[in-house]
Amino acid sequence: MDVLPILIEWFPYLLSGVASTLGLVLIGLGLGLLLGLPMALGQVYSSRPVRWVIGVYVWFFRGLPILVLLFLFWFGIFPGLGLGNLSAFVVGAVVLGLRGAAYQSQIFRGAIQSVGEGQMIAARSLGMSRLTAIRSVILPQAMRIALPGWSNEYPNILTDSAVCYAIGVVELLTITSRMVTQTHITMPVYLATAGIFIILNYGGLKVLHRLERRIAIPGFGTGAM
Amino acid sequence: MNNNDIVLRVEDIHKSFGGNEVLRGVSFDVRRGETKVFIGPSGTGKSTLLRCINQLTPPDRGRVWLDGEEVTNSGARINYFRQKIGMVFQNFFLFDHLTALRNVELALLKVRGMGKAEAREKALTELRQVGMEDWADHYPAELSGGQAQRVSIARALAMDPDVILFDEPTSALDPELTREVLEVMKKLAREGMTMLVVTHEMGFACSVANEVLFMENGVVAEQGSPDLLLHDPRFTRMKDFIGRIDSRMED
Repeated sequence: MDVLPILIEWFPYLLSGVASTLGLVLIGLGLGLLLGLPMALGQVYSSRPVRWVIGVYVWFFRGLPILVLLFLFWFGIFPGLGLGNLSAFVVGAVVLGLRGAAYQSQIFRGAIQSVGEGQMIAARSLGMSRLTAIRSVILPQAMRIALPGWSNEYPNILTDSAVCYAIGVVELLTITSRMVTQTHITMPVYLATAGIFIILNYGGLKVLHRLERRIAIPGFGTGAM
Repeated sequence: MNNNDIVLRVEDIHKSFGGNEVLRGVSFDVRRGETKVFIGPSGTGKSTLLRCINQLTPPDRGRVWLDGEEVTNSGARINYFRQKIGMVFQNFFLFDHLTALRNVELALLKVRGMGKAEAREKALTELRQVGMEDWADHYPAELSGGQAQRVSIARALAMDPDVILFDEPTSALDPELTREVLEVMKKLAREGMTMLVVTHEMGFACSVANEVLFMENGVVAEQGSPDLLLHDPRFTRMKDFIGRIDSRMED
């Protein structure tokens, strides 16, 4: 049996898997950013009870295997909240995002804390409110410090997204395994999928590194100059 | 002395950290256009005193007035008072992610709500004041310490403050760079800026200060014109202190 024609025949199908995988990744990263950044600010600047709640959240989402989280939400939490109609894709993306938020919050927290104390003092001494100082002085610096570490989240979430296979999201791995079942070709198919993951990984990191260089400031931060 | 001339009044400031009482009741008045220099051994609360004035460190007791309005216990209005009380730090604390120009502009835009063009104009004017207009587009990491400190002075000036607090502005600088910063400060003093300066630069104190306050153990131990404290035999403690510094330098 000739492998190549089969791969070519399945290629559009694989591409739809790629789209789905990228969808999971982008939503996951975006949701993680949307939740993770405020959580980091909360951990640095807010009151003890708030910090405690965020701490528990982080502990929970970093403490469980991704597959366990996924099943918990798919079979238990979302149906329990009356959201049993959500598609597997949405549940997968949300779980990746909730989990990513826990990790991202710690990246941002570290970055915020590594901005020199004097920056806030100088800002306040000019009459800025704390909020203005955070927005105009602390965050622009913290985000630059955070970016190299944050870039790690992309390959992490990209590879983690394959686990959504387990709840039936039709992403790259799901399509791969369907291919294997139907064509009885194993190694070449998995190799093709591996190749696609590597390309996605490489491309995404390339974009992020370019971003790092673009926002770099002479003499500031992490040597991304 | 006409009471209206008093721009800043500091009354009975106390501050402790843990069990350590750093300030034990400091009071003084500052007249408009005056330069007061604070001298004394480290750990006697000079820097803490400056931070108590603009409430970066709220004092435990005592009050501060600016132009007859109480700064202490002023709630959210503190952000207004801080615009009027500029501060220059030992380690500059320039905003590392912004150019010199943007450093000076930022509070004009975000605090004073100035328009872009106007803020830029004003920031350039202030940079010119400190001789840094040619460096407007450079980032803090690209500036020498002396240049950075001059930009930070411009940043404080931009808010049109009634008084500027200088917290050891040259202590992180070598003698050459110290000189260029002191030159700027002398110019400001001549032009009538009201300044409180914590420093170890006796030369600056003697040539610029209207009054020197020698602080020891959290109180003002001696107070008077530089000439008086250095030459009047009734005053000994500052002379002793300076003698100790000089002999240490000769070692």
